[in-house]
Amino acid sequence: MTVIQGNVWKFGDNIDTDVIVPGKYLIGDLPEIAAHVMEGVRPGFADLVSTGDVIVGGKNFGTGSSREMAPRAIQAAGIAAIVAQSFARIFFRNCINVGLVPIECATTGDIAEGQRVRIDTAAGEVVVVDTGATHRALGLPPEIGAILEAGGLEPLLKQQIEGKIS
Amino acid sequence: MSMTLAEKIIARAGGRDLVEPDDVLWVDVDLAMTHDSSGPRRIWPSLKELGVGVWDPDKLIIVADHFVPAQDVGSARILQTTREFVEAYGITRFHEAEGISHTMMVERAYVRPGMLYVGGDSHSLTAGVLGCLAIGVGSTDMLGIVATGRTWLRVPRTIRVQIDGSMPTAVAAKDLILTIIGDQGMDGGLYRVLEFGGDAITEMDIQERSVLTNMCAEIGAKSGIVPADATTVAYLADRGIDVSEGPFSDPDAVFEATWRYDASELLPVVARPHKHDDVVPAGDAGYAPVTRAYIGACTGAKHADLVMAAQVLAGRTVAPGVLLQVAPASRATLQEAIEDGTAETLMAAGAHILSTGCGACPGIGSGVLAPGEVCISTTSRNARGRMGSPEAEVWLGSPYSVAAAAIAGQIIDPRELMAASV
Repeated sequence: MTVIQGNVWKFGDNIDTDVIVPGKYLIGDLPEIAAHVMEGVRPGFADLVSTGDVIVGGKNFGTGSSREMAPRAIQAAGIAAIVAQSFARIFFRNCINVGLVPIECATTGDIAEGQRVRIDTAAGEVVVVDTGATHRALGLPPEIGAILEAGGLEPLLKQQIEGKIS
Repeated sequence: MSMTLAEKIIARAGGRDLVEPDDVLWVDVDLAMTHDSSGPRRIWPSLKELGVGVWDPDKLIIVADHFVPAQDVGSARILQTTREFVEAYGITRFHEAEGISHTMMVERAYVRPGMLYVGGDSHSLTAGVLGCLAIGVGSTDMLGIVATGRTWLRVPRTIRVQIDGSMPTAVAAKDLILTIIGDQGMDGGLYRVLEFGGDAITEMDIQERSVLTNMCAEIGAKSGIVPADATTVAYLADRGIDVSEGPFSDPDAVFEATWRYDASELLPVVARPHKHDDVVPAGDAGYAPVTRAYIGACTGAKHADLVMAAQVLAGRTVAPGVLLQVAPASRATLQEAIEDGTAETLMAAGAHILSTGCGACPGIGSGVLAPGEVCISTTSRNARGRMGSPEAEVWLGSPYSVAAAAIAGQIIDPRELMAASV
């Protein structure tokens, strides 16, 4: 699996899909939706983010609807991974399916906005580069790791259908 | 080894004799559903890219409920794509503007006890009211299911939710589930299955029970389930389906926890704006003034909900400055309400009847909120911006509480009005 290094954008508990991507934008296509990502909680977020940045959240990140545009918009804005104390379950699945790395880590409260973190998904750890502080994270089961390694569920399906893997 | 009902269903679907919590396995899905928002418009381009079709057009139900009736050319185009997909793949069960998908799954008895049912929407859990394991997923998960009939699941732990006693007058299943969510928090059931039982559940009809399974989504649960009992068997028999009670959890199955409630102690409650787990008694809401009362969605606009509202509204008139809107959860709901006089009662009080569909609940359809508006709603979610403007406020309550607020022009304990009417 991969090592991801990026700057932290910090969010709180229970970040809802209705604030990540308000329903009124769902009629549009991904680039338009991504321009409004997190608008309900931090207007202008899409303009602030640099490619490879990391979101660090609290508990129950992505609660709410099943709209897959929520993780897709976060990904399209340039975010490489989300670290949170826990994830809403459909959002967690959607992240994996679109190839956006979700990492569960109980101590995200000790990570600050603007810090640089290095995430090792195989070792299950999040290191704050600035301070060297290491946070334990939950490793992802191999079944889930296989989907992320393929780049998401759709590329995995493509490989399966083309008979490259069983 | 013993298993809970959810574990039994997953084991059967995965071809295993036994599963345990946290096992990850691939399973065969018995039935799938997707709608106009999460379905064809998202999935079809990928199916074409993969060069595959629908795994079984008899096992995929498609419902157009989010963008009905079309508000503009964009939503009309989404509905058109949905119809074209149905035609192209020979989908046998397609409903446009007939009702909200989750209501239809129960009303038409498409799910059966013991099934593994996966829907492309977070409120797909609703169908667990008929004793199936009902799970909600996003578009790419649904793509995988549509293409192959399979998906992966992590086996959840089960929490037993035991509701003893009898429900008091003017207290609805909505009050019960909001009370539970208020106590446990919006992530209190994260990744869990909630299995409901007890005398209060036995006494509840299917429509009221379905409010409980519906709002398991609002406590983070993977699913909510009511094992099929005599009420379930009778409900299915009315629809020409012959089943027996069960399946059930094994008598010695391991539950992670048991949440116990005495229904007789419940009160009418409301969730305060922006957080559905910020729950207080309706009588402690500070008589908050409202501009909008909304009776809608799979959560709160079935026939039973309209009847509850009508009990409060009968012989009364909506307060000046309040708009009361009713978006029935299905055409059959509206038909029944017309036939038994409920619709007449609602309209005589001043209610506006909107077309069936998800409506203002997801902020897409008719009746969305302007900045500064305060709404009390029978729906399930009140996150900022959910029903329209982020500057609007949404309170959640039972049909009794929403109807009472519509009459009073402010949030009150509905028993204040209901005591006066007897």
